Amino acid sequence: MADVDTLSAKVTERLAHLIQESVLQVGELTLIVSRENLLQVARVLRNEADFYFNLLVDVCGVDYLEYGRDEWETEEATTTGFERGVDRSFMMDPDSHDSKNAAFGGKTGKFVTPRFASVYHLLSVQNNHRIRLRVPLEEYDLVVPSVVEIWPAANWFEREAFDLFGIMYKGHPDLRRILTDYGFVGHPFRKDFPLIGNVEVRYDAEQKRVVYEPVSITPRILEPKVIRRDNRYEVGE
Amino acid sequence: MSSSEKIPEIRNYTFNFGPQHPAAHGVLRLILEVDGETIVRSDPHIGLLHRATEKLAESKPYNHSIGYMDRLDYVSMMCNEHGYVLAIEKLLRIEAPIRAQYIRVMFDEITRLLNHLLWLGAHGLDVGAMSMFLYCFREREELLDCYEAVSGSRMHATYYRPGGVYRDLPAQMPQYKASRWHSEKEVAEMNANRQGSLLDFIWDFTERFPKRVDEYETLLTDNRIWKQRTVGIGVVSPERAIALGFTGPMLRGSGVEWDLRKKQPYEVYDKLDFDIPVGKTGDSYDRYLVRVEEMRQSNHIIRQCVQWLRQNPGPVILNNEKIVPPPRVEMKKSMEALIHHFKLMTEGYALPVGEAYAAIEHPKGEFGVYLVSDGANKPYRLKIRAAGFSHLAGMDELIKGHMIADMVTVLSSLDIVFGEIDR
Repeated sequence: MADVDTLSAKVTERLAHLIQESVLQVGELTLIVSRENLLQVARVLRNEADFYFNLLVDVCGVDYLEYGRDEWETEEATTTGFERGVDRSFMMDPDSHDSKNAAFGGKTGKFVTPRFASVYHLLSVQNNHRIRLRVPLEEYDLVVPSVVEIWPAANWFEREAFDLFGIMYKGHPDLRRILTDYGFVGHPFRKDFPLIGNVEVRYDAEQKRVVYEPVSITPRILEPKVIRRDNRYEVGE
Repeated sequence: MSSSEKIPEIRNYTFNFGPQHPAAHGVLRLILEVDGETIVRSDPHIGLLHRATEKLAESKPYNHSIGYMDRLDYVSMMCNEHGYVLAIEKLLRIEAPIRAQYIRVMFDEITRLLNHLLWLGAHGLDVGAMSMFLYCFREREELLDCYEAVSGSRMHATYYRPGGVYRDLPAQMPQYKASRWHSEKEVAEMNANRQGSLLDFIWDFTERFPKRVDEYETLLTDNRIWKQRTVGIGVVSPERAIALGFTGPMLRGSGVEWDLRKKQPYEVYDKLDFDIPVGKTGDSYDRYLVRVEEMRQSNHIIRQCVQWLRQNPGPVILNNEKIVPPPRVEMKKSMEALIHHFKLMTEGYALPVGEAYAAIEHPKGEFGVYLVSDGANKPYRLKIRAAGFSHLAGMDELIKGHMIADMVTVLSSLDIVFGEIDR
C-alpha cells in the first residue's frame, strides 16, 4: 500500500480550501468535508491522477447522539452501590442530564457537534491507497448531495443510509428503502430507535391476517456501556 | 383497412422471481420486467434476512459479536471473523503472534475452498450440472471436519479472537467410533487419514485436492453445454466493474489484477508464494475459471502454512490479560488472573477513541469492517461492508437484454449470500 503520509500531504495541499479538517489515525486518512464542498472534493479525488479514487468501497451513516456517553459511572464511587439495571430513558433527554453533559466530550477528548454524518470509504486501484470522507450533518437538515453521478456504486449504499438513518441524498435517482420491511416506520439505526423495535407482528386467527402491535417485551441491558480512561487504554500516536 | 385493425399494443410483462425460488440463493425477491423472454429491467428487493447485526453489535461488548460475524456470510465463516477481529486489533494497536497469523491464513484459505466449493456446486446446479453439487460437498465435508476439530463447531466457529485465535491446533484428529451403522472395519477405513494431528489431516487433504479440482474441470471446463450457458453471459468491462464497486473474483474475472492479499497484505500473506488469476472477458465463464484457479492457489497456500506450522510451535494468542482472558489453570492459582477473567467476562475491554476500517480479501471480494469507538466497551458504530451487496446492486446492468434462463447463470456467478447482503 502506498505511503499514507505522502497522500496526506498531497491531499491537504490540493484540497486545503475545500476541507474542514484532515485526521490521520491508525494509518488511515480521514477528510472532514462540508456538504457544500462534497461533490467538488469527490470529483478531484475521483479524477486527478495523484488520487484517482475510482472505487467507492462503502457509504454509511453514523448517528453521534450518544457518542461519549456511558450508561454506568465508573470514575466516582457511589454511596449506594452499583445497580445491575440501566435506565436508558434519561439518555434520550439531554436536559435532564446536565452533569453527564459536562463530561460528554471532555471524557473522550472529542466532541462531535452535528448529530449525523455520512461516511465514504474510497479506494484507488491504480495508486493503491485508501481515504475516508466524513460529511457532518445537522439533524434538522439531513440532506447531502448524492455521489451516484461520480461513483455508480453509491446507489444502494445511499439507499441503505437513507433507510437506516433517514439521510436524504439529493439527486439520487431512486431513493427508496432497501433493507427494512415494506411500510416500515422510522429509521432503525438511529440511536433513539429502540433495539427491540416499536412494533411486532403476529398472525391473528380471528381477523385472518397479520397484525402489527406495539412490542410486548421490555428492553433491558445486560452489559452496561462503560467508558474507561485507564492508562491501559492510553495510546501514543 | 379500417383504423380499428391496428396492431395490438404489446406491453412488457412484470413478474416476481423469488423470494422462495431455489435459484434465488436464499431470500431474494427479484421483480423482472420482460419483453417476451428478454429481460428489460430488474429490481432486486433485498432485506428479507435483515437482522440488524450492526445494531445488535452496538449493544454488546466486543467479543460477544464475533459469533455474529459467522452468521453474515454463512459459507465463509472464519473470513468474516477475521475482518472484525482485525478492525479491533487495529484500534487496540496490537498484533497477533506469528503462529496465530499463520493459523488464521491457513483457515482463511480453507474457508475460501469451502466457499468456492459451495459456489461451484450451486452454480453447477443452477446451470444444470447436477453432479457437481455432490462432488463439491464430498470435499466440503473434510474441510468442515477441520473446522470442527479446531473450534468444536462445523460452521459457526467463533475461533478468531482479538490478539490471536482461541486455541492451538489439536495434536490428535478426532476419530470415528464403531456404531450400529458402521462396523469396526468400516470405521478403521474412515479413520485411515485421521491417525495423526489436524495438520497431518489437512496435509493429506491437500495431497488429494488438486486431483479433485482436475475432476471438476473435466466435467465443466471444456463441456460444450457448460460453455454455451456461461460464455458471453453477464459481461462486465474492467472500467464498469470498478465503477460499480465490484471486488474479488468479480473484478478479477474482468481482468483487473486486484487482490488485497497481494496489494495490501495483512497477516503473513507477504511471506507466502501464490499467484492471482485474472480473467479476460469478464463473463460468467471467466469468473468460473478464476474461482477454480483460486482453489488451486489456496491449496498451495495451505500447504505452505502446514509446513511452517509443523516446524514452529509457539503462542497462538497474546499474553495480554487486559484483552485476552487468562488460561483456566492460571485462574485456579492466581487472584489477579481471576479478577482479569471476571472483568473481561462481565465488562469486556474498552477500545481507544477513534475509528478504523479493516478490509480482507474475502472469498467473495472485499469484506470491510468500519468501527467507530467512543472509548467504551462496546462498538459505537459498526458498519460491515459486504462484497455481495455491491455485486447484487450491479446485477441489473449485467442481465439487461439477456434471457430469463441466463439471469439465473449471472445471479449465481455473482456468488451472493444473503446473510452478508442483508446483514
